[in-house]
Amino acid sequence: MTVVKSAEKAKEAEKAPKESNPWWWLSIVSVLGGILGWWLASLTLPTLPNPAEVVMRGIDLFQRGILGSDILASLRRVLTGFAIGSGLAIPLGFAMGWYRPIRALIEPWTQFFRTVPPLAIIPLAIVFLGIGEVPKVFVIALAAFLVTIVATFQGVLNVDKTLINAGRVLGAGDMTIFRRIAVPASLPFITVGLRQGLGASWATLVASELIAAQEGLGYRMQNAQIYYQIDTIFVGLILIGVFGLIMDRIVLWFDLKLTSWQERR
Amino acid sequence: MMAMEDKIVFDKVTQVFELNGKAFTAVSELSLTIADNEFVTVVGPSGCGKSTIMNQAAGLLQPTTGEVRVDGKRVQGPGPERGVIFQQYALFPWLTVRQNVEFGLELQKIPKSERRAIADKQLELTDLTAFADALPKNLSGGMKQRCAIARAYAVNPSILLMDEPFGALDALTRVHMQSQLLDTWSKEKRTVMFITHDVDEAVFLANRVIVMAARPGRIYKIVDVNLPYPRTDEMRLTPEFAAIRNEVWDSVYHQPND
Repeated sequence: MTVVKSAEKAKEAEKAPKESNPWWWLSIVSVLGGILGWWLASLTLPTLPNPAEVVMRGIDLFQRGILGSDILASLRRVLTGFAIGSGLAIPLGFAMGWYRPIRALIEPWTQFFRTVPPLAIIPLAIVFLGIGEVPKVFVIALAAFLVTIVATFQGVLNVDKTLINAGRVLGAGDMTIFRRIAVPASLPFITVGLRQGLGASWATLVASELIAAQEGLGYRMQNAQIYYQIDTIFVGLILIGVFGLIMDRIVLWFDLKLTSWQERR
Repeated sequence: MMAMEDKIVFDKVTQVFELNGKAFTAVSELSLTIADNEFVTVVGPSGCGKSTIMNQAAGLLQPTTGEVRVDGKRVQGPGPERGVIFQQYALFPWLTVRQNVEFGLELQKIPKSERRAIADKQLELTDLTAFADALPKNLSGGMKQRCAIARAYAVNPSILLMDEPFGALDALTRVHMQSQLLDTWSKEKRTVMFITHDVDEAVFLANRVIVMAARPGRIYKIVDVNLPYPRTDEMRLTPEFAAIRNEVWDSVYHQPND
């Protein structure tokens, strides 16, 4: 039977760590090429600021303390809204997936509001909640909530029936199966939901600031448009992209940490 | 056989499923008695209800009519005295091999040190000691199934219900797993009900082979395997083995009206 053992060892060896992508440098070339293309375009288009002008503008805004407070205001809104929205969505999503009556109660509402862009709620939110921080945080929370609740609910529905049966035959009751099997098994869905939820929050934030705000990255761009400060618009755009990317990477990092047990291709 | 105690009794069990709005009889009035410490294999064409009766014995499925009794008591749900091994291994992928093996013991509130000792013993029996802290994703198919077996054995069930446990393994690993299973079974006697679609496997392992027929699922024939234990790989080549194997093969693949 040593033959079998060595065959299994060979299979072990196949699971060696994946080699890194040999084409990573192409991504860098692509980014540098894009910046170069922008620079060339700015030579022919007089209204388009070149990259150096945008960087200078960014430094200038930062030194005057404007950019820092804009970034802080935007991050505060998005993180508050996202925390409230996803914090409510995860327990409710679990309840929906686990208890049929709760699903029947909640599902029509999530299905309906999922088709309404959270931005379409803004006019109503302003009428009822005023123009302060509350309506903005509300629509951001709503955006995160709707994405995360659907993902969590789907995650619970997708728990492998065999794993539940395996738990039952080992003597697990309903509560144990929920805590020890349904929750960890749906985690990969939830982290995907959180990533999408954070993306939706960020998009909603910027749009809500374009409509009604006194500070924030969206407001800064809106204001710059009035005064024809195209370089400031670019500063806002780039920062929105960079911060969105950083937040996404942070969630992705947690995702990989928490669900590293998954079989990945 | 008569002198032995009845361990599992299927008493006229019928299972009717709803399939696309139509009633479908998976198993019809099936009766079968499995003795204590007996090793029984169940073979039959697909759709003959062999997994259905195993799920009834496991308590994962309530028969529409009739009942299953284990040690004289009616089965009303799963219980730790009946260990189940699934074809898809069903290991918890977020737990290490050791944590998987300890899962059932934890539910029984067995203290940590004792749990560890039991798990260590089972991991040694299944040759997984070196992989105790590995996650299931890093195991081969054979190792995963050995881990599932260790997990089922850890809670010390008196019955093992196995649903095509080696079905997903390659031929070589499979033969190895069969010998290993018989080896463990001879050391610690248990009643085993083993579902398979592999005739060789069914004959090699069993005291008795139950051949089932489909539409509706029922017992077609019961073949006694009068070969002594321990069974060796050489026995697979004897004329006695071939004769029994041919008899089972015939009754699986040449059923009338099919």
